[in-house]
Amino acid sequence: MALSDKDRIFTNLYGVQDWRLAAAQKRGNWDGTGGILAKGRDWIIEEMKSSGLRGRGGAGFPTGMKWSFMPKQASERPHYLVVNADESEPGTCKDRDIIRHDPHTLIEGCLIAGFAMGAHAGYIYIRGEYFNESRVLDAAIDEAYAAGLLGKNAAGSGWDFDLYVHRGAGAYICGEETALIESLEGKKGMPRLKPPFPAAVGLYGCPTTVNNVETIAVVPTILRRGAAWFAGFGRPKNSGTKIFCIQGHVNKPCNVEEEMSIPMRELIERHAGGVRGGWDNLLCVIPGGSSTPLLPKHICDDVLMDFDALREHKSGLGTAGVIVMDKSTDIVRAIARLSRFYKHESCGQCTPCREGMGWVSRMMDRMVQGRAEIEEIDVLEEVTRRIEGHTICALADGGVWPVQGLIRHYRPVMEERIAAYKAAHAAPSLPMAAE
Amino acid sequence: MSFEQPTHFAFDESSEAEIGKILAKYPEAKKASGVIPLLYVAQRQMGRSTGSAWVPKVAMDVIAGRLGMAPIRVYEVATFYFMFNMKPIGRHHLQLCGTTPCMLRGSDDVMRACHDAAHVQVGQTSADGLFTLTEVECLGACVNAPVLQVDDDYFEDLDYERTVALIEALKRGERPTPGSSIGRQTSAPEGGPLTLVDVPGVVVAGGE
Repeated sequence: MALSDKDRIFTNLYGVQDWRLAAAQKRGNWDGTGGILAKGRDWIIEEMKSSGLRGRGGAGFPTGMKWSFMPKQASERPHYLVVNADESEPGTCKDRDIIRHDPHTLIEGCLIAGFAMGAHAGYIYIRGEYFNESRVLDAAIDEAYAAGLLGKNAAGSGWDFDLYVHRGAGAYICGEETALIESLEGKKGMPRLKPPFPAAVGLYGCPTTVNNVETIAVVPTILRRGAAWFAGFGRPKNSGTKIFCIQGHVNKPCNVEEEMSIPMRELIERHAGGVRGGWDNLLCVIPGGSSTPLLPKHICDDVLMDFDALREHKSGLGTAGVIVMDKSTDIVRAIARLSRFYKHESCGQCTPCREGMGWVSRMMDRMVQGRAEIEEIDVLEEVTRRIEGHTICALADGGVWPVQGLIRHYRPVMEERIAAYKAAHAAPSLPMAAE
Repeated sequence: MSFEQPTHFAFDESSEAEIGKILAKYPEAKKASGVIPLLYVAQRQMGRSTGSAWVPKVAMDVIAGRLGMAPIRVYEVATFYFMFNMKPIGRHHLQLCGTTPCMLRGSDDVMRACHDAAHVQVGQTSADGLFTLTEVECLGACVNAPVLQVDDDYFEDLDYERTVALIEALKRGERPTPGSSIGRQTSAPEGGPLTLVDVPGVVVAGGE
């Protein structure tokens, strides 16, 4: 059973209708927002907990619990809500649609979330490349101010809330929450050591919660329709609806909001016109954005699209960017290009990442050619294990997981290529591991 | 490529108006938060006044003074983030996404089209000064791959021919409409949305 339109939260996902306030209100945004706030902070957080919403930015941390980490009592240090709109994980383009087509879902969510965590100010950190999207967001925020939905006594709730847009400038690392905070403070986007966590020491040294755009934008509808409604979709602990970005070798790439735990094959065939050349032409799928290890076809045949099902197969839901590759794909090159991405985006703070991403990328470039020794596949695997978990943030983990997935499932392809290269270049060549 | 650093930079009237709005967003004691926005303001002003949107060193010094930052802190930020051009660029900045989702959909062909039509290689500016070509990392429009960002606008669902046509139009001084080059409704599947066709309480059309 696919999700029906009446249960979709983002009713203007494709921008068929107007994004402006009047149209958004007709779609149900900003309906009784003051009344929701009147139910109080504890009620909102409890409701979010029982909705089962897990963060939509990749890590899948329970949202209600995250909010509850903010200090209960206000001190002289103000609280901040920061929204992560630095959407940069290759394969992910869902927040862009929310921002340019349904910005009022996000803005209303910011007010509610800000209130629930005791924040009077919020910043939306949007990636620099989304210039036109940021202009829509700016205009939508201006409208909300003009209508009394933001600012003093926002939406008649008695709560003052200001919301600002801040553009980044092209750095994947700023999607990491503490790097984002550093960047927002006017510094290089280099992640901070945790603890202290942002809920204790965040933006400007004040208690801060950083949430993904989609996470915040679903909040108003959850609270209006009830936690039980949202929890009714998907499997337990994986509840809700979710925007999937289906791309690569499918007949009709698209974004679509679907029920969590939908079978991958149904998702691809129902919404994206199926795999190019038919399901049997499928090679593999990266299920949740570039950091999640690929899954070969035999797993894709019946895997469900949720956090736990994909984790069982040593991958993850991540951001739900579904990258489909058919049998024409040079899978080694496809993963090598991701290695180049992580090399480019490493902030350079931690040695295993700064040196490791470059090393892995150079190694993968040789694997694409086959200009390597069979044993070097083991060396590569071993080095990724030495990188993983040895850095401040998860960028390096996300950088080596795709390579590990490649070796796990496509080692024979790599070996064949090495053999082919050797055959074509009869003279013995013994390149060093990190030439 | 050698180039000259200008010896003088001052924000013009329209930049000053923007700066006023920007600095109002941050607490007075935290105005260093304005460094990325002000670098953008400087880069755009250079684009307006010289036809090449880049950030000269003297502009970074002006920003440092305005925000009470040591100049080195501004240089650090300007060089850390990819979107600030530290040297002059062409009239149009062709930023081609080459990351895997675009690669799978044919970004190699778009790259070839840029070489052929704009007569420019990656990291270089064409002899006529019209185009600078950069291979960028994921632009976040993957269901509309391959994507070429021209200055601030995304051109999507490209292939070789449509990229050539886009570049030829830019040469003629035209500005084609951004978005899908095959007429798709944004991120909906080709041929029109399969969902959101039966939403209660919606108003039809309006547009951006």
